[in-house]
Amino acid sequence: MSAIGVADIDGLIGVEQYEEVGEFPVEQGYVWTTCSSVENGNPLFWDQAVADEITGGPIAPPTMVSVWFRPHHWAPGRTTQGLPLQVHFDLKEGLGLPEAVMSDNTIVFHEPVRPGDRLTTRQILRSVSDEKTTKLGTGRFWVIDVEYRNQRSELVAVESYTGFGYRRGDQS
Amino acid sequence: MSAAASSAASPASSANPSASAAPPPARLLHATVSVGDTLPELAYPVTATTVVLGALASRDWRPMHHDKDFAVERNGTRDIFLNTPNQAAWFERFVTDWTGPYGRLQRMTFRMLGSIFPGDTMVFRGVVTETGVDETGCGWVAIDISVSVDDDPKTTCKARVALPVTEDDNPWERKGDRWLP
Repeated sequence: MSAIGVADIDGLIGVEQYEEVGEFPVEQGYVWTTCSSVENGNPLFWDQAVADEITGGPIAPPTMVSVWFRPHHWAPGRTTQGLPLQVHFDLKEGLGLPEAVMSDNTIVFHEPVRPGDRLTTRQILRSVSDEKTTKLGTGRFWVIDVEYRNQRSELVAVESYTGFGYRRGDQS
Repeated sequence: MSAAASSAASPASSANPSASAAPPPARLLHATVSVGDTLPELAYPVTATTVVLGALASRDWRPMHHDKDFAVERNGTRDIFLNTPNQAAWFERFVTDWTGPYGRLQRMTFRMLGSIFPGDTMVFRGVVTETGVDETGCGWVAIDISVSVDDDPKTTCKARVALPVTEDDNPWERKGDRWLP
C-alpha cells in the first residue's frame, strides 16, 4: 500500500494506479441473470436478431460494467483480496483520516461491452480538496476515477467516486 | 399482477435468444420528448428473493445482502437490503422500458439516501429535465429519477440517454469523436 502524505498528493493526481485485468471474460449467462433479477426485457439482451440489427451483436447492459471486476467468492490458492477502490483506502490511511463516506457516484458509458470481452481497470486520483469541516467532521473531499477498457484498449466506461475522508470531532 | 406487467412499454422479449418473432422494437424519437415529460411509473414489491437475486447477479457476496442476522446485528438495519450495483440495473431497466432498445445510456449519477428492504414496495419515477442535440448531431435527454418507498426517496439518479433524432438514426452506431456522453 502506498504511504502518502499531503505533500505527495500533487504527484498522484492524474496517475494511473492499480491496473487490474478482470478474472474472467464478460459472459452471456451473467447478462441474462442480471436482466432476470430486475425483469429487464430489453430485446437487445434477449433477441439475437435485435442485437444484430441495433448493436452489431450482443452486448451487456452498460450498468453491469463493475460486475466484471468483482472477484469470485473463493478461488484456489488465493489468500488475500484486494480492496476495490484501493486509492480511496490509500488516501484514508496516508492522510490519517479514519472515517470516510462516498457522497455520490457517476458512471459515463462509452463503447459497449460485449460477451467475450476481457476488461482492464485502472484507478486515477483526480482531485483532493483543502481541509474542510462538515457536520461529519474535519477532512478532505476527493474524486477518484475508475477507467474500464476492453482488450482493444477502447474506453468502455469511467466511474467517478466522490469521497469525504474525515476525523470525527472526538478523534481530533 | 407482476410489476413487469404493470409497468408500461416493456419491450417484447423471448427467453430463447434464437427466437425472434417479435415486431420491430419501438424507437422513441428525440423530437417526441419534452422537458416535464414523465416516465411510466414502475412499482415493484421487494422480497428477500429480490435482494438476494440482485446481489448474486451483481457478484456482491457481502453478507448484508443475503444474511438477515448479519444485517441486523452488524449493520444495524432491520433486514437485508438492495445493493447499489443492482439498483443501477433497476434504474437502467426503468429508463430503457421507456426508450426502447435504441435508447443508449450516456451517464448516470447516483446518490444513496436510504435502504430498501424486503416488504417494501419500491416505486421508480422519472421526469425529463433537459433535452438537447450535441455538436455531432446526437440527440439526448436528461432525466431525474428516484426510487422511493412510501414516497420517501431512497436513491436518486440523474441520467442522460441518447435517443434517435430520425427514424434512420441509431445512437449505438456512434463511437470515437461522434460519441460525447
